[in-house]
Amino acid sequence: MARALSPRRLWLTTAAAWFVALLIFFPVLWMILTSFKTEPSAVAMPPQFLSADWTLENYAEVWARSDYPRFFWNSVVISVGSTLLGLLIAIPAAWAMAFVPGKKTKDLLMWMLSTKMMPAVAVMIPLYLLFQRMGLIDTKIGLVVALMLMNLPIIIWMLYTYFKEIPGEILEASRMDGATLWGEIIYVLTPMALPGIASTMLLNIILAWNEAFWTIVLTTTKAAPLSAFIASFSAPQGLFYAKLSAASAMAILPILILGWFSQKQLVRGLTFGAVK
Amino acid sequence: MTKTLRALMGATALVALAGVASAETTITVATVNNGDMVRMQGLMDDFNAKHPDIKVEWVTLEENVLRQNVTTDIATGGGQYDVITIGTYEVPIWGKQGWLESLNDLPAEYDVDDLLPAIRGGLTVDGNLFAAPFYGESSMVMYRKDLMEAAGMTMPDAPTWADIEAAAKAMTNRDADINGICLRGKAGWGENMAFLTAMSNSFGARWFDEAWVPQFDQPEWKATLDFYLNLMNNYGPAGASNNGFNENLTLFNQGKCGMWIDATVAASFVTGKDSTVADKVGFALAPDNGLGKRGNWLWAWSLAVPASSDAKAEAKIFIDWATNKDYLALVASKEGWANVPPGTRTSLYSNEEYAKVPFAKMTIDSINSADPTAPTVKPVPYVGVQFVAIPEFQGLGTTVGEIFSAALAGSKTADEALAEAQAVVTDEMKAAGYIQ
Repeated sequence: MARALSPRRLWLTTAAAWFVALLIFFPVLWMILTSFKTEPSAVAMPPQFLSADWTLENYAEVWARSDYPRFFWNSVVISVGSTLLGLLIAIPAAWAMAFVPGKKTKDLLMWMLSTKMMPAVAVMIPLYLLFQRMGLIDTKIGLVVALMLMNLPIIIWMLYTYFKEIPGEILEASRMDGATLWGEIIYVLTPMALPGIASTMLLNIILAWNEAFWTIVLTTTKAAPLSAFIASFSAPQGLFYAKLSAASAMAILPILILGWFSQKQLVRGLTFGAVK
Repeated sequence: MTKTLRALMGATALVALAGVASAETTITVATVNNGDMVRMQGLMDDFNAKHPDIKVEWVTLEENVLRQNVTTDIATGGGQYDVITIGTYEVPIWGKQGWLESLNDLPAEYDVDDLLPAIRGGLTVDGNLFAAPFYGESSMVMYRKDLMEAAGMTMPDAPTWADIEAAAKAMTNRDADINGICLRGKAGWGENMAFLTAMSNSFGARWFDEAWVPQFDQPEWKATLDFYLNLMNNYGPAGASNNGFNENLTLFNQGKCGMWIDATVAASFVTGKDSTVADKVGFALAPDNGLGKRGNWLWAWSLAVPASSDAKAEAKIFIDWATNKDYLALVASKEGWANVPPGTRTSLYSNEEYAKVPFAKMTIDSINSADPTAPTVKPVPYVGVQFVAIPEFQGLGTTVGEIFSAALAGSKTADEALAEAQAVVTDEMKAAGYIQ
């Protein structure tokens, strides 16, 4: 039974939550504010807020200097495509690991997770050569495959955790009622694990959207997503922080909006099975 | 029947002609994001009008990311890029590897002999020009004329390091948040080591002797590092070990540096609209120590064609357009002479209009005083003023840069830093087979 909080304790908890939330959000807020400053104001020391020179010029220049819609579209295709392909492979895999585990299932899960601990640069040249031979450099399909492979361990782990919460007896009952293997996965398991699948999907879209190593290494012009768009506004010589901030704000805005509208789904999925 | 046949043949010919007329070659140009490159992208209408059959696509990346991507592509023969922007460090190495297409066949009107000899020399390997300079730079002293005047001092056109120290001392005013001098301290082969290697040349130091033996245990390097640390600790800004070009540019433009020794391209920034001291800046050559070598570097961002490109002819047409005399005139007509890419052609510096640009003379004098083939007082087995043109240098330079940056931050002494640098470089050179 939940214990009631005293008003003082409630106030303190709320204040602490707001403080942590603002602390986490502050870099994004500062980036958005910087994107509306002039370059000298953006780098002024001490940092300027009320006395800053405000402008919309950075957005106008970033828009004029690059083909934002193309980068945006590439990001959408790559992140959604890699997520859907990943789910297609991960759902059967997670089903097998959750409901018909073998002796080595735990080891296999750990091995998959360990691949995420490897620095990406370690496999850069082999993967680049592989993609080059297969004609996949600077193609959207190439990036969809690459990002799907990068995020597959996380998708399988998340789905495995959700599937483990579903009683195996329900699946057994469906089998006794004559459901085929695919029928069991599609009509019984998937609807029951929908919140988990949805949150996995959303999280993977966010991960793929924000991926900035492979998307820059494996693309030049045709398939370059918003991470490459941001990278093009960094400069070794000269002031660029305000324009870079404007480019970054334009790149993260779509995913922020998606996250905002799906936050209920995300939280529901991420806490799925946390409280019994 | 004959009429129909003729009509059909005519239509076929027209379609074929239309196909030829619309045949378009796309070239991909990889470049860095700096003012001159952005300006070039804004002037592409001129290129498109002259070459409607060549479509140019741009890949603009941060310098280190560009270097990584282009190196990966070229080393694996990927052919993703048709024109690449590379620095003076890469050209001799990549040229020798056979990774770059020779530009010896550029048209006669290009006038290769007009390229500045120091810059051209750095882009040529065994008589082959492997890259065309887009802009060249050296380094020089930028100083506050008003602060010097207030201190009752005059900056010589060719100062010594002793002059610099005296000026830094006189201009430092901690109460007014003015640092006598701002120099690079951020670790990196192209950051603090570009400055320190160039500076060490004027102290007679060198990275390696003729037998490739590292020289950080020699008195010239100790004199260099001691002088640098003393100057920065006494008259430099707080947290200088984190400062690179952009951080120092910000400090100088906000009036917080009495002097700044850095790239000549900074001149247009410190006298530009974003500077609060634009009308108070003077220029002088990089300092010396009376040993016959100045502490200035030599660098050029250049355009080259990777050997793996499948549109080499079109790539060369683009490079010709972007780096010839007409392009300089085009920039001058649209953006003014002060915005013309500097440091590439002799003819630019004999142009009366360009001579009126305040930093023009000091830029060319600085470039001319750097010699990549004989960078320091003693003989060396390598080419390069602020770098050593061997593949191992990127890693070595960054490692030594981190050690020297730590010394500036106060976490080790100059002697400890030099001993560590000597040990690290010796190990690496042994592993690479240069020495036993």
